[in-house]
Amino acid sequence: MSEEWEPNIIVIACNWCTYQAADLAGSLRYSYPPTVKVVRVPCSGRVEPEFVLEALINGADGVLIGGCHPGDCHYKEGNYKALRRFKLLHKLLTELGIEPERVRLEWIGGSEGLKFAEVMKEFDATIRKLGPNPLKR
Amino acid sequence: MALKFAFYLAAGCAGCEMALVDLADRLIDALGDLEIVFWAPTVADIKYKDLEAMPDKSIDIALVDGAIRLSEQEHIVKVLRKKAKILVAFGACAAMGGIPGLANLHTKDEIFETVYFNTYSTDNPDGVVPQTKCVVDGKYELTLPEFWNEVKALHQVVDVDYFVGGCPPHHEHVAKIVEAIVSGNLPPKGSWITDGKSVCDVCPRNPANKGETRETVKEVKRTIEGIPDEERCLLQQGYLCFGPITQGDCGASCPKVNIPCRGCGGPLPGVKDFGARAIASLASILEDSAVDQLMEKYPSLAKLFYRYSLPVATINKRR
Repeated sequence: MSEEWEPNIIVIACNWCTYQAADLAGSLRYSYPPTVKVVRVPCSGRVEPEFVLEALINGADGVLIGGCHPGDCHYKEGNYKALRRFKLLHKLLTELGIEPERVRLEWIGGSEGLKFAEVMKEFDATIRKLGPNPLKR
Repeated sequence: MALKFAFYLAAGCAGCEMALVDLADRLIDALGDLEIVFWAPTVADIKYKDLEAMPDKSIDIALVDGAIRLSEQEHIVKVLRKKAKILVAFGACAAMGGIPGLANLHTKDEIFETVYFNTYSTDNPDGVVPQTKCVVDGKYELTLPEFWNEVKALHQVVDVDYFVGGCPPHHEHVAKIVEAIVSGNLPPKGSWITDGKSVCDVCPRNPANKGETRETVKEVKRTIEGIPDEERCLLQQGYLCFGPITQGDCGASCPKVNIPCRGCGGPLPGVKDFGARAIASLASILEDSAVDQLMEKYPSLAKLFYRYSLPVATINKRR
C-alpha cells in the first residue's frame, strides 16, 4: 500500500503572485512534482480556513497556501489577513491531531518561478515523509 | 385532534426541558393541542417498552435534546425515528453535539481515567470501572449501556427533520416553535428553525446598529479580565464574541448581560464549519499582535471555537 501511495497536494495560489510564479516556473522549464494540484484564487486573503479543512477531509495529504510577499499584496493587506487566519488554523489543527507540517503558508512572488518549484519539491518531500493524511476514510 | 407529542433526553442536562417548561402559561395553552405520549426520563412515567410497542409513525412530533453518547440513547432515538412522523433535534447538543461533544478531543480511556481514577473527589480503591454486564448473586444479570468512543449529534445517527439551536433554546423562540408545530406551519424538512439573523443583527451593542464605525481590535481579553463596558460591542472591547456567525434566535441574551456569545445558537446559514468560520471572522477584525495574544491567552482553541459544535465539525475529533 505504502509503495503505491503518492501524495495528493493542494496548492491554493493567489492570482497575482504565487500563481504567476507557477506560470513562470513552467515557462522557465523548472520541474516540480506532479503530485501538486494548483487552485487559483484572487488573493490569499480569500482562502477561508474552511477550504483547508475541506481539502484535508477530502483526502489532500498536504495543503499549501501561496500569497504575495508582505507589502506586495495586490489588495494591499489580504496576505496579512491570510497570515492571521493561518496562525489560528495551524494551532487548531495541531490540537485536533493533524501534523502541523501538512498545512503551510508561503510567500512566493510573481518573479520567483524557481522558488515555486523548489518549495513544491520540498513540500512534496515533507509530505512523503509524513505519509498519508490520517483523516482519509 | 390533539397532536401526539414525545420528548426524549439523551446526553444532555435537561436544560432544554426547562426551556419548554419556561413557557409557563403558554405551554398550558398549547397542551390543549398536544397529547404527551412519551417524555422520558424527565417528566412522564412511560417506559421504553411502551414506546417500542407504539405503532410506527403514530407520534406526530418528537423532540430530542442531548447528544448521542451511549448505546441506550442510540437505540431509543432509532425507535423514536420509527415511531415519529417529525423528529426535531432540539437544542445545541442534539443539533451539533454541544458541550458533551467536546469529549471528542479525548479518548474513552482518557475520560474513564479522569472520571473513575484521577479527580480529587474520586474514591475508588478497588479500581472499579463500569461494565456493560454483571451478574449479582450468581443469578441476576444487570446491564449498563455501552459508552461509545465518540459523541455524535442526532442527525449523525438518524434522519432529522428540523434543527433548533440554543443552550438551551430561548423560551421566546421555543414559543414560536410550539406555535409552528401546533399550526403545522413548518419550514422545509432538514432545515433549522430560525429567524436566520445573526446575534449581532439583534444585539443592541452592534456598532452598525448604532451608526458607529467598527475598528480593528488591538488587545484580546478573556472574560475573567476586567468588567466589560455595558454599552459597547464586546468584540470592539477585545472580548471574543461569536455573534457575527451565530444564529440570533436568543435575541442576543448573553451580550445583553455582558457575556460574549459562544455560539450555542448554531451556525448561520452558509457556515459549514463553525470553528473555521470563527477563525475567519476573528482574523478579519483582530490586529496581528492581537492574534498572537489570543494564542497565548487561550490554552485550547478547539475548545473555544468548537464549544458547541465539535461533533459536526469537518474534523470532528482528535486524531
